[in-house]
Amino acid sequence: MKIAVLSGKGGTGKTLVSVNLACAAKSSIYIDCDVEEPNGHLFFKPTNIKEEQIKVKIPFADNALCTGCRQCVDFCKFNALAYAGGQLKVFENICHSCGGCVLVCPENALAEKERIVGMTHKGDSGNVTVYTGFLNTGEPSGIPIIKKMIGENNQKRASLTFIDCPPGSACIVMENIKDADYCILVAEPTLFGVHNLKMVYELVKLFDKPHGVILNKCQDSENPSEKFCVEQRIEIIGRIAYDYELGTLNSNAEIAVRSSEKYKTIFSSLLQNVMREARHGTTINPKR
Amino acid sequence: MVQLLILSGKGGTGKTTLAGAFIKLSAAKAYADCDVDAPNLHLIMTQQAQGEKSDFYGMPKASIDTNLCVRCDFCRQSCRFGAIDNESNYTVDPFACEGCGVCEYVCPAGAITMTPAVSGELILYSNDSVFSTAQLKMGSGNSGKLVSEVKKQMLSAAAHADFAVIDGSPGIGCPVIASISGADMVLIVAEPSVSGISDMERIIKTAKSFGVRLAVCINKYDINKMNTQHIEVYCSNAGVDFVGKIPFDPLAIKAVNNGKNITEIDCSSGRAVRDVYKRTVELLFESKKRCEKCE
Repeated sequence: MKIAVLSGKGGTGKTLVSVNLACAAKSSIYIDCDVEEPNGHLFFKPTNIKEEQIKVKIPFADNALCTGCRQCVDFCKFNALAYAGGQLKVFENICHSCGGCVLVCPENALAEKERIVGMTHKGDSGNVTVYTGFLNTGEPSGIPIIKKMIGENNQKRASLTFIDCPPGSACIVMENIKDADYCILVAEPTLFGVHNLKMVYELVKLFDKPHGVILNKCQDSENPSEKFCVEQRIEIIGRIAYDYELGTLNSNAEIAVRSSEKYKTIFSSLLQNVMREARHGTTINPKR
Repeated sequence: MVQLLILSGKGGTGKTTLAGAFIKLSAAKAYADCDVDAPNLHLIMTQQAQGEKSDFYGMPKASIDTNLCVRCDFCRQSCRFGAIDNESNYTVDPFACEGCGVCEYVCPAGAITMTPAVSGELILYSNDSVFSTAQLKMGSGNSGKLVSEVKKQMLSAAAHADFAVIDGSPGIGCPVIASISGADMVLIVAEPSVSGISDMERIIKTAKSFGVRLAVCINKYDINKMNTQHIEVYCSNAGVDFVGKIPFDPLAIKAVNNGKNITEIDCSSGRAVRDVYKRTVELLFESKKRCEKCE
């Protein structure tokens, strides 16, 4: 069972929810796909870390063979190539690794080499196997890192996996939910929160994913996100109250479930709700 | 035009609330929302007139004419993005297609064409000030390209404005990098949590690599004073200007939920943000002032 945790808006509590649900389970896998700003590892503090570098392919030219015909430059839709000063220049950060330039070169002057864009860590933290992706600073896209981590875990259908997604609703988020069996949308009770909740709600509907909402930072005052869920008949699978103690634990990167019986009870019952909804969702959509 | 860009690394630290306050305090004639993935600035910047909308075309998408297709499988084998499916009679997954054109090139039957595709919408409000914003289409790529378009739209509509406030997106990737280009200063809104500190360090590293001037402020500083102190020490060691701290303020949430600006009501965060604004602008125009003194 693969459960993706997403939110649209940043800072609504994706990591809080996914880390604590993973801990509340008997045994689970946690994958931090927010490779631009990964935070789950700060909570889990995993040990026995296995590091792997993530590489992408980029072209390079053999200047002795290159005749300066510029066919590759014209072909590249990403403007990653330029011919200047009698030499082919490759803007490595912009290259999408499509391999088109190598195909079109009439002189076979182009070949590909590997370039490191980030790394993954796999480690243990009690009952949880923790995967973390790190995008190198200055790199534009973490998608190759996410693909690698998700691909590696695709075989393990039997285990319970939580995918901590990046914020937003762009291609990088889509990459995370494509293979998920169930999506948890974490929403906060603000106007911004509900606006971005609408967006991820559209996204999970677009991909026809079973989903439910966890309302985080709930207070007594009006909750625009809750109102939206009720109007749209979106299943609310749980509520987490705004409380100072949880906020403090979280700001110190401590796992609430492992720090107090109170939160263990809260998240265990939340996990039960999630599992019930997820199983229900996957029976309706047996293909997934 | 002097451009102040607001970033944070971590999401939800208060970029948009702060950007809204800065726009009001500076009476900025130009501002933009570069968080094209999840834009929110328009929710607190009420506009009189209707926005002018235009389609944003990102990369084209491949489409296969099944009447011409000879099912040679070359396209599927050449696609690095796994965008071509042979089970359903050769179709292109538009979400996976990055528009590179390799399939069109290798197809021996001329069955594949690259078709322009709308990846989002640009919106421009021009009243007494210019507000440029956009919304990326669900699951779409090209966010960096759209960010550049948002800024271009702002610059051409407000060519004579002397100051612009730009609300950025979380993270350190493509859209953030696109928003940094052209900025005179990046103000980072940090949050005093272990996660917030880690994310702040990564955005500082990213922004520094592009050689842009940096300043840091802390939002909700009183939720964890130990971490707040840690951030102040970090900034002083890293040689990054620290421009102040804003307290956690339930009235700020209330203001946002009513589509209001925190500077419009009497609240502790509204008062603190004025100091942060003052110090940021002083730093931003410091070099300019120095020149005036010389004259």
